[in-house]
Amino acid sequence: MTSLSRSKHLASAPGLLLACALACSSASAQTPAPKTLRLVPHADVKVLDPTFTIAYITRNFGYMVYDTLFGFDAQGVPQPQMVEKYSKSADGKTWTFTLRAGLKFSDGSPVTSADCVASMQRWATRDNTGKALTAAGGEWKAVDARTFTLTLKEPFGLVLDGLAKASSYTAFILPERLARLPTSAPIQEVLGSGPFVFKRDEWVPGSKVVFAKSPTYVGRTEAPSGFAGNKTAYMDRVEWLILPDANSAAAALRAGEVDVLEEVPPDNIAPLMTDPSVRIVRRGFSQGYMALNQAQPPFNNMALRQAVMMAVNQERFTAAMGYPVNLRMPYCATLFICGSANDTAAGAERYQPRDLNKARQMVKDSGYKGEKVVVLVPTDIAYLNGAALIAAQTLKSIGLNVDAQSMDWSSIVSRRAKKDPVDNGGWSTYVTSAGEFDLNSPINNTNLGAACGNTLPGWPCDEQLDKLRVAWIQQTEPAARRAALEAFQRRAYEALPYIPVGQFSPAYAVRTSVKHSDRLWSTPNVWVLDK
Amino acid sequence: MNYLFSRILATLPVMAVVACFVFLLIHLSPGDPAALIAGDMATVEDIEKLRASLGLDQPLWQQFGLWAARLAQGDLGVSIFTHVPVTQLLAQRIGPTASIALLTMAMALVVAIPLGVLAAHNAGTWIDRLVMLFAVLAFSVPVFLIGYLLIYSFAIQLQWFPVQGYVPLSEGVGPWLRSLVLPCVNLALVYIALITRMTRATVLEVLHEDYIRTARAKGLSLLPVLGHALRNAAVPIATTVGVGIALLIGGVVVTETVFAIPGIGRLVIDSVQRHDYPVIQSVLLLSAGVYVLINLLIDLSYTLFDPRIRY
Repeated sequence: MTSLSRSKHLASAPGLLLACALACSSASAQTPAPKTLRLVPHADVKVLDPTFTIAYITRNFGYMVYDTLFGFDAQGVPQPQMVEKYSKSADGKTWTFTLRAGLKFSDGSPVTSADCVASMQRWATRDNTGKALTAAGGEWKAVDARTFTLTLKEPFGLVLDGLAKASSYTAFILPERLARLPTSAPIQEVLGSGPFVFKRDEWVPGSKVVFAKSPTYVGRTEAPSGFAGNKTAYMDRVEWLILPDANSAAAALRAGEVDVLEEVPPDNIAPLMTDPSVRIVRRGFSQGYMALNQAQPPFNNMALRQAVMMAVNQERFTAAMGYPVNLRMPYCATLFICGSANDTAAGAERYQPRDLNKARQMVKDSGYKGEKVVVLVPTDIAYLNGAALIAAQTLKSIGLNVDAQSMDWSSIVSRRAKKDPVDNGGWSTYVTSAGEFDLNSPINNTNLGAACGNTLPGWPCDEQLDKLRVAWIQQTEPAARRAALEAFQRRAYEALPYIPVGQFSPAYAVRTSVKHSDRLWSTPNVWVLDK
Repeated sequence: MNYLFSRILATLPVMAVVACFVFLLIHLSPGDPAALIAGDMATVEDIEKLRASLGLDQPLWQQFGLWAARLAQGDLGVSIFTHVPVTQLLAQRIGPTASIALLTMAMALVVAIPLGVLAAHNAGTWIDRLVMLFAVLAFSVPVFLIGYLLIYSFAIQLQWFPVQGYVPLSEGVGPWLRSLVLPCVNLALVYIALITRMTRATVLEVLHEDYIRTARAKGLSLLPVLGHALRNAAVPIATTVGVGIALLIGGVVVTETVFAIPGIGRLVIDSVQRHDYPVIQSVLLLSAGVYVLINLLIDLSYTLFDPRIRY
């Protein structure tokens, strides 16, 4: 070989290597592979126990591997899921449930009423509805392998809503031996009877979570709808790929490397809408809100909270979050999701029309003494960053002494647990958001649903609101319940445990090659998807 | 051999100091992993119980003693959040990061040294200026921006390479290389710039030495002369490469994030964000160990380039 030919050969080596790389990859693509859906979730799953944390990602994980006794359909009506039939006694105090035949956990063991009773007892120690059920004298008892009862000392109108609950602390069914473990630490084992099985051996924390279609899952005969109906998966595998960079995630979707983005950052929605291979799907509704520290001045002053409410321009908040016009509302009066069954404007009228001069006067009348207002501004969550800056600007505009402090979200999570005065590392307000299932009723609403003595950031407490919540729960007649709901919201707008800053819709982005994306619901029910 | 032994021995107190420093730094920084795990709805009692179950309620010196004792037995503990053993987490992450680091440095060396020599040989000409312009650009443009440009051009438009992800070597050399090309090119640009400039400067200095002029005057052709010059300029270049590898451990974070490579960099960021003490401590210790090892290898490499250096 001459030196010339050798150099030529060497020069072509990278090309050969590249050609080999491309050829090898295309060869591997031809080998038969299981039907796999690749989804980028909104966050990394860190805690695998949905009975332990309210983190949405853990709840979503729960829906993959566990099943529920009841599930909400797409119209928001609770439907039997694991339950085959149920009955209620004439006095409404005894409920009897019968499980479907053949239900199994993914290890092949049967699901029994003992598992259900233990799971419900665990759930009742964590969830607001579960706690209310216990307060109503609720007792769970196994009758035989497939039958169990719930007995109450007084009728409780939210039994099915509670069992179908789609927000955090969903009433998932675990094997009894897991459900009986102490609630003080997360359960590490994952064993459910849901549509998928968690592949722990393929789990790369922070990068990939893998699920395989459960061979033991027994689906219903009804068509899938929301979290109800047949959940038998079309896909053999679902991979959650944790892509921390939003732009890379959008690029991966456009390149066809992933099939679904569970939560498209607002800035990426418009560019993705122009891509013919991608479909933007509305993902339910969310509301932003200003959490207020009511344990410390100045927001322990209800009159000042009302002044802030008068100053809030919801459209500015949702626009600053970056949502396009078709995914945000100019104004939403209800605290329970506009467009939901509990939509009401009761109590909101006192703040309409928004009037800054009136708000400034209300600040003066409130007795505000110029105390520092510390606004926590997250730097790593773009849409909340924009909203927090608008919050700071709004508070300044009515004459409050604002100190906006920037930090990452995990620092806010640590900081908001501090009850201390602002000069000792405390805080006054921050902006966050919640999904519809955590807002849509006086008991599901995270901040309004928790009674005094809760440990929510801001420590909201209003005894009058507590009484009105109990009154709403106790109502079983629709008209009376509606009246109780309106009374509750009227008081909520007076006491203002938090300040609503607008309603918007997060969005999925789905490859058009994925079938049935129109059946996606606000929490990813990916069993409906096919390719 | 004695030198090697004494250097390895000397790393022990260094690592011990690093271990103490890392432990204190992490535990004294604000943030409570128990509160993060427990979530918003947790009561104070819930958080206290969880803290106790994680051993975080014990005095700091006791926690340190426990950790140090386990460490001495090679037990790095388990992640507070995922309960996955830290050794398993490191094993999952070290492959991607090592692959990126090695391929990046290989790319950088293959491109930067000839470029530096070329620029030095043609100092003051348009070739030199062009090379230096490239170096300044590669140094100045942010890594993430280059990453996005690479993704847009080569992954979305041309579709030659994947946008994201890492394919292990066990799944084939082709797919492995294909998954690494863009992140490594992205990361290598900075090192190409760094090493090119260093090579140019040192080779230029050597080219003005008397022995080079003598060799050329005696009729030795250009390539062997440049070879001699390069060898004499190798010590500072080796130092730069070593420092570059050490910096790469930190610098890889952005690239791993943009290209969604599940490497050590992302593990550190994720762990720091959620105060996952055992993971942070182990990764930082590992990084310190790699730093020490690289320093040792650089020192040893000097003897290869310059026979006058003896330890």
